Amino acid sequence: MTLVSGWGRFPVVDSELLRPRSFEAVGEAVVAGSVARGNGRAYGDAAIGAVRTVAMTGFDRVRSFDPATGRIRLEAGVLLSDLIDTFGPRGFLPFVVPGTRFVSVGGAIAADVHGKNHHCEGGFGRYVDSILLRTGQGETIEASREENSDAFFATIGGMGLTGIILEATMRLRAVETGWIRERVIAASDLDAAMRALDDGDAATYSVAWIDCAAKGRDLGRSLIYLGEHAGPGELADGAAAFPVGKNPGLAVPVDLPAMTLNRTSIRAFNELYYRMGARRAGGSHVVSLYPYFFPLDAIADWNRIYGRRGFLQHQCVIPQAGARAVLGEILGRVAQRGDASFLAVLKKLGEGDGILSFPLPGYTLALDFPVKGDIMNFLDEVDRLVVAAGGRLYLAKDARQSRTTFEVGYPALQRFNAIRRSLDPAGNIRSKLSQRLFDEV
Amino acid sequence: MTSRKTAIVLGGSSDIGRAAARAFAKAGYDVALAGRDVAALEPDAADLRARYDVVVGLYKFDVLDTASFEGFVNGLPALPDVVISIVGLLGVQENAESDLAHATTIMRSNYEGPSLILGLFAEKFLGRGTGTIVGVSSVAGDRGRASNYVYGSAKAGFSAFLSGLRARASRGGVHVVTVKPGFVRTRMTEGMKLIGPLTVDAPVVGDAILGAVENKTDVVYVSGKWRLVMLIIKTLPEAVFKKLRF
Ligand SMILES: Cc1cc2nc3c(=O)[nH]c(=O)nc-3n(C[C@H](O)[C@H](O)[C@H](O)COP(=O)(O)OP(=O)(O)OC[C@H]3O[C@@H](n4cnc5c(N)ncnc54)[C@H](O)[C@@H]3O)c2cc1C
Repeated sequence: MTLVSGWGRFPVVDSELLRPRSFEAVGEAVVAGSVARGNGRAYGDAAIGAVRTVAMTGFDRVRSFDPATGRIRLEAGVLLSDLIDTFGPRGFLPFVVPGTRFVSVGGAIAADVHGKNHHCEGGFGRYVDSILLRTGQGETIEASREENSDAFFATIGGMGLTGIILEATMRLRAVETGWIRERVIAASDLDAAMRALDDGDAATYSVAWIDCAAKGRDLGRSLIYLGEHAGPGELADGAAAFPVGKNPGLAVPVDLPAMTLNRTSIRAFNELYYRMGARRAGGSHVVSLYPYFFPLDAIADWNRIYGRRGFLQHQCVIPQAGARAVLGEILGRVAQRGDASFLAVLKKLGEGDGILSFPLPGYTLALDFPVKGDIMNFLDEVDRLVVAAGGRLYLAKDARQSRTTFEVGYPALQRFNAIRRSLDPAGNIRSKLSQRLFDEV
Repeated sequence: MTSRKTAIVLGGSSDIGRAAARAFAKAGYDVALAGRDVAALEPDAADLRARYDVVVGLYKFDVLDTASFEGFVNGLPALPDVVISIVGLLGVQENAESDLAHATTIMRSNYEGPSLILGLFAEKFLGRGTGTIVGVSSVAGDRGRASNYVYGSAKAGFSAFLSGLRARASRGGVHVVTVKPGFVRTRMTEGMKLIGPLTVDAPVVGDAILGAVENKTDVVYVSGKWRLVMLIIKTLPEAVFKKLRF
């Protein structure tokens, strides 16, 4: 057995890690209690098999690409970073990218990941035309909106629980450059932040970084980043149409003692971050896609900052109506505690695409917390606020929510489970997450 | 119009072979992959075509079948600009200690075959007056270790062959690169205990090979740290070395 954990390094559990080399071997690898793993960027226990974890990053071949349409067929282990590096210079990017480029296509489909454009362009699954799925029952099926459509829509956002995605056909976005025209808006409090995001609805990309150490009148003060793809005429003289993505240079070599993150250091960091951003607010400027979309990728292994015991990310979405009150309440409680993340992320989401996809029209808030003290109880209380407002928690970030919160948050669960049973009557596909939240006990 | 440069990868289905082919294709080379099982190379060829819009050829090549070498080289439609041998076999040291057939296969796969085929290409390149030859050897060839000296000695032979060939061929306009990757996360090393900071992924090796060819480097330790580690290991007196466990 091997000790396996997600990006948050909590929980750490035993699961046999297998690295099959052929699709036949993937089939043979599936025993009762298996789940696929992409690049392990889910924070909690989604990519850990109850018994066995089937690593898919070895499957990194592109099958075909049509430069006329941007349609691409590829194996599920291809990383988005690889797609960007390879096809960016040819004028194509993924339609949707999450906050790190080190995720696999399979993982991006399974979590139906959202980017800064979800409010207007939807999630990753929207650009997937079909998938080759190895079901828990042992069949290999092609699923699309027309063919095996139940399996298709259950797999998008289905957290790997419908089977193992072997290949996918998807569309890439044609771009003229790898640069983004960015506009920064400083918002002095939560109302201003939400207003700025609402005003940014027409922008292709929008996101707010909240200073979650700010309290009182400053509660919710943030920097809003709006973005559009830049045209060749907007680039600085001599700039290449496609910037070079550097590999993460600086790495966090060891687990920092949890001490490093304390009220003072967090408050100081946030203050500095807000001030520096506010200075750039106003006009627009052109930035490389890498820092724009993937600010955290610049530091390898940054998850070690939170110390050996790991950390939790808490990401909820709250429907538009009533969001102001709940967000204010949550941010107030977090500021009171003072031990939350450096930065919190607030953004707007639109309609989700898969049966179990996380997004719903409203605001999503993501916060990091080191695992310590009474954090579990604290977050249980926050969860109650979220579901009472008709919201839900993101499974790709989750490591601890209760069955109740999950079941209330995802009313389409019955339908998902019925499809899952039909694809896998014996219940072979099981992750630590599904054991915790889904499977009959 | 100048025609594109070409590179052929012997042992194209290995992780390092795939990475090297990608690095060269990305840099604008047309590539050829050669391996025992041509059908198994098809998906990699499709991958290279789709990614980089290059011409990809596939050839059957078995490093143990030395009798076929001349036919193989003469049968290529054109002499490539670069030939890269990634072929190798780690084998199982314990078995090789008593099983002569296994030991022989390790020795032939890492020394005899790669040296002979690169030697053949060298003759052709020298006849033409240009070309680059890349042999992927191993730090294991820098000093024989108790735990893998059958493999290590074959790699040592290969390194020596490359070094001699380089000395001779450089006068004829042909460059020879020796690559010593150190620990690489590949199928070959799966399940082995690798030392994290000294371990790289296959694409790093692919890029290093391309860099060495373009910069005309002679010997590359893919991770610079290995040069130091091996310098220390090479200079340890035998009396001390034999007492060390590795
Ligand atoms: C710094 C950072 C920022 C992030 N920002 C965002 C963001 O902005 N938006 C967002 O939506 N997410 C975000 N995430 C979460 C991340 O995008 C998702 O967790 C994504 O699923 C990770 O992909 P992965 O390949 O690492 O998959 P893993 O973490 O390995 O797996 C995630 C899930 O996908 C399933 N899976 C993986 N591969 C396959 C396959 N081949 N077949 C079937 N199922 C499979 C697994 O079973 C698991 O349920 C962020 C994560 C990090 C670390």
